[in-house]
Amino acid sequence: MSDLIEWSALGQVLVAGMLVGAGIPALFALGLRLWAGTTPDGEDTAASAEPAPHDAAGRAPGAATIARPTPVRLVGAILCMTVVVGAIVTGLVFLVSGGH
Amino acid sequence: MTETLLLALVVVTALAFDFTNGFHDTGNAMATSIATRALKPRTAVALSAVLNLVGAFLSLAVAATIAKGIVDAGVVTLPVVLAGLVGGIVWNLLTWLLGIPSSSSHALVGGMVGAVLAAVGTSGVLWAGVVSKVLVPALLAPLIAIAVAGLGTWCVAKLTRGVSQEVTSRGFRWGQIGSASLVSLAHGTNDAQKSMGIILLALIAGGAVPADAGVPLWVILSCAIAMAIGTYLGGWRVIRTLGKGLVEIDTRQGMAAETSSAAVILLSSHFGFSLSTTHVATGSVLGSGVGMPGAKVRWSVAGRMFVAWGLTLPAAGLVGALCHWLESAIGGTAGTLAVVAVLVASSAAIWIASRRKPVDHTNVNEKWDEDKGADVEPVAATTGEAGGERVAPVPAVATASSVGPAIESVRTVGTPDTDTSANGGMR
Repeated sequence: MSDLIEWSALGQVLVAGMLVGAGIPALFALGLRLWAGTTPDGEDTAASAEPAPHDAAGRAPGAATIARPTPVRLVGAILCMTVVVGAIVTGLVFLVSGGH
Repeated sequence: MTETLLLALVVVTALAFDFTNGFHDTGNAMATSIATRALKPRTAVALSAVLNLVGAFLSLAVAATIAKGIVDAGVVTLPVVLAGLVGGIVWNLLTWLLGIPSSSSHALVGGMVGAVLAAVGTSGVLWAGVVSKVLVPALLAPLIAIAVAGLGTWCVAKLTRGVSQEVTSRGFRWGQIGSASLVSLAHGTNDAQKSMGIILLALIAGGAVPADAGVPLWVILSCAIAMAIGTYLGGWRVIRTLGKGLVEIDTRQGMAAETSSAAVILLSSHFGFSLSTTHVATGSVLGSGVGMPGAKVRWSVAGRMFVAWGLTLPAAGLVGALCHWLESAIGGTAGTLAVVAVLVASSAAIWIASRRKPVDHTNVNEKWDEDKGADVEPVAATTGEAGGERVAPVPAVATASSVGPAIESVRTVGTPDTDTSANGGMR
């Protein structure tokens, strides 16, 4: 039975898949959140309350939505996005190098 | 002369399979981007086609390994390869007609196994290889993908709470396009090589190249182009099912699903546990519905897919076996031509059946969009549990009268009974 299912490979795929496949979207979301900030309503998805002023303010979504993020948040957002881009580049390198 | 003709026919058929592979699998990468309107349908398939083309040239690591470890290489003759390819193509086209994303590589393996069974009996098949390389991964791939995409979607949903919707949908739109592009690239790299492997296998079996030869450039070129054309034409029926049929997704879910697909596909090949792109992509879309609070997953549609996945190996195998029997019963060049005739006839029948239904790439994408809006969304919006409701009213009449006969004619080739109601459900 252990011949039929390669448990170690399966486990590696599952763990690494969880880390990368779920971690990258999470980091992306976190980066977006740090950069754009949340609405004063906090936990509510306050899309209905907030968009009106933004639409009036202009088309650039990030700049229009909130005041400038604090430097700390900006650095955090940039870090998150750097990791995301790094992961994509790693995936490309993996494909090109024929690692599979 | 006969040998040369046979070899040429096998190469052409392998390219035809490559074409159906691209055609069938466009949705794996692009269905979510089309469904969320991150990309226009034509733009999406064009992008995917280009990336598939590029991907095919990126690496040649797995060429010529497709049937290794699954069938005894010693019994793979040109007639066997031809019959196996026909089995794979017919199953690919049939599942496309029904709008079911099913694994092209499993169809190919199924066709080969069936043809080998017909040729030399059970001794020619390495059953442990079939179980460990085909059946077990088919069961595990969607589960892994559902878990990964579900967790990713859940995290994203939590983290984007309170962030303005305008920002999230715009940001994730780009994230989605990027991750979907990576899936397309990986598909080109992995799946074009399956056809290259088959052609190389045929060239070796036909004695045209030595057994340890690499892949000739013209093979790489023609496989890459055949797959890109297939991708560009776009299996709209499959795209529709994946993008709209399973889960109503937004860009956040789309990005999480495609990232999950890309990560699981690349990691599984890295760890040598190869999983079907289709199974992973479908599982990821399902997972994006599972992980998103409040989202509904149409498990009835998913259930039909799982049934089709279970049928892939035996059904393609049956077509492959029947083709091989036909081939050897008639014998010689006439037998080969008869098999090709069967392939052309059944493909034509499926094509004609597809033309009678509106999801068709020759109707330009505007029409497809209208149809999508008129057809799926109102039903999905008014009935919470859309899976069951969509089956009965929408295309029941059209299905019964027009597609039925064509499916009948396909069955004579040897595919097992397929519930025609599944037809309606996919639309």
